Amino acid sequence: MISRTDTILSVRELRTEFRGGRGNVRVLDDISFDVGRGRIVPRPQGQVSAKSILLDGTDLATLSPDGMRRIRGNEISMVFQEPMTSLNPVRRIWDQVGEPLAVHHGLGRRAIRDRVLEMFELVGIPEPKARLEAYPHELSGGLRQRAMIAMGLICEPKLLIADEPTTALDVTTQSQILKLMLDLRDRVGTAIIMITHDLGIIAEMCDEVNVMYAGQIVEQADVFDLFERPSHPYTRGLLASIPKAGAARATKRMPSIPGMVPNLAKLPPGCRFGPRCGDAMPVCEQPPGLAGLGRGHVARCWLHASSPATCAEGAAS
Amino acid sequence: MSMPVESVIVGSTPETIEEASFLGDSLRAFRRNRMAMAGLAFVVLLVLSTIFVPWISPHDPYRVALDEQLLPASATYWLGTDNFGRDVLTRILYGARISLVVGIVPSLLSLMIGTVLGILSGYFGGRTDFTVMRLADMMIAFPSLLLAMVVMYTLGANLLNIFLALALVGWAGVARVVRAQTLALKQKEFIEAAHAGGTSRPTIMLRHIFPNVVPTLIVLFSLSIPEAIMWESSLSFLGVGVQPPEASWGLLVAKGKEYLFQAPLVAISPGIAILLTVLAFNFIGDGLRDALDPSMKD
Repeated sequence: MISRTDTILSVRELRTEFRGGRGNVRVLDDISFDVGRGRIVPRPQGQVSAKSILLDGTDLATLSPDGMRRIRGNEISMVFQEPMTSLNPVRRIWDQVGEPLAVHHGLGRRAIRDRVLEMFELVGIPEPKARLEAYPHELSGGLRQRAMIAMGLICEPKLLIADEPTTALDVTTQSQILKLMLDLRDRVGTAIIMITHDLGIIAEMCDEVNVMYAGQIVEQADVFDLFERPSHPYTRGLLASIPKAGAARATKRMPSIPGMVPNLAKLPPGCRFGPRCGDAMPVCEQPPGLAGLGRGHVARCWLHASSPATCAEGAAS
Repeated sequence: MSMPVESVIVGSTPETIEEASFLGDSLRAFRRNRMAMAGLAFVVLLVLSTIFVPWISPHDPYRVALDEQLLPASATYWLGTDNFGRDVLTRILYGARISLVVGIVPSLLSLMIGTVLGILSGYFGGRTDFTVMRLADMMIAFPSLLLAMVVMYTLGANLLNIFLALALVGWAGVARVVRAQTLALKQKEFIEAAHAGGTSRPTIMLRHIFPNVVPTLIVLFSLSIPEAIMWESSLSFLGVGVQPPEASWGLLVAKGKEYLFQAPLVAISPGIAILLTVLAFNFIGDGLRDALDPSMKD
């Protein structure tokens, strides 16, 4: 594991379970990763049992709900997928965007308005003054997402979690929003966790990548390393299913990974990707651990295990 | 696969963003509704005439004139006189004061109680929800007229107790509607976003959920006014409401019914006043509901 002194977020063995009618469903299993200051890492968020979740030295796993509330929107903030529904339809935009300021810093209305105006200029909302008084339905999707990003960054958080921030937007707006986020990362110094399905966005935006499959990290690598030598069959499958411009498409169907993502309540006993994997071997009946590939690149796959012993963890469950 | 990045302008031009507010749209929609506008005109007229009745009417609503009992409608007494020789129209207008106040104040009271309990119940769920909703069920299951009468009997018949009795009867329905709305709102992403922004739960309820419930409350209010007027009329008719010589519409009907065959106007005209007012408020309520319904917009 790479040790970095300026790690902003460090997650160790995070597990999240949902209590269901027919037993618990573990949606996140054994998640460990680090986010460096001002780095962009794509990944999901979670709760419940974890060995530790360190945010700049504070262990979030031990915080009280109220302590956690003080972190949210202040030190960690989130940009949601759907800018259309993430804003309250009956409140003016500046009032909502500035809410974290009122909550965390107790600022007055005047000060909040001024700060929101500043943020609107920063995120490139045209005619920011006129937009302050607008209601969400008066803004376009791109503007709303800009407003959401302004809201996420208004307290200058150490970490911004962006949950597919551009999926609801058209491609041109998408690239503007992504550029904006990179730009703001440099100016505000916020690290970003980007949750996305879009490998193009990852290649463009990210420094490090964690590939998730069925609640586990299956591959973890530097972004260049990942695209250079994708090592987990799932990652390879994802990369193979990107349509390539100029390829003879009339002759062949687009490649895709066969099968469906398993039900998290009924996971296959061994490797979770095993049933869909083209390279499955008898040993894949055993759950694989993370195998090191050098330069911090790891993959949860038997293909890369130097010996079964290194992958033995968790075999009992 | 490259795309032009710099050349695109995001957003609408400033002309298109002005004057498109939710309230403006709703107002326009309401104005187009003729029934609602007629109802509003009637209510405004009624309110104005009840305020200015001492200056408009030449008659004293409490002056007894035994030589002018039960007169038919005439130029002096537009709707005739009652059994004490008092002008019926004047007494109806004075009675409107009480009936309107009784329509508005208890409605406001039950709206406030119902909103607070409904939002708490819907937002917190669990035990809070169970307790509040079972309480509401009890209120709804119990015959409300009986409940109101018991309150009036035990506490005494005066205006304040009418307010109390009607609020007690009315909050449960409001709480149910508000709770259902809160449950739906709680699932919305902007609530999750507020939570992710560190906003505390009381603030979320007050600043995010409540403003979204307001259109519903306006409609509920306009619909509960006629209901309260009817309640007051019923209670007064049964003798546990407003006491004579004070006039309220229910009381006027109750007193007038004894002379229904000699002077039908004494009982019928306050009855028609109740009918028209209730109808007017219902039209206004319907109009507001249509105008404020978000599903009617974009």
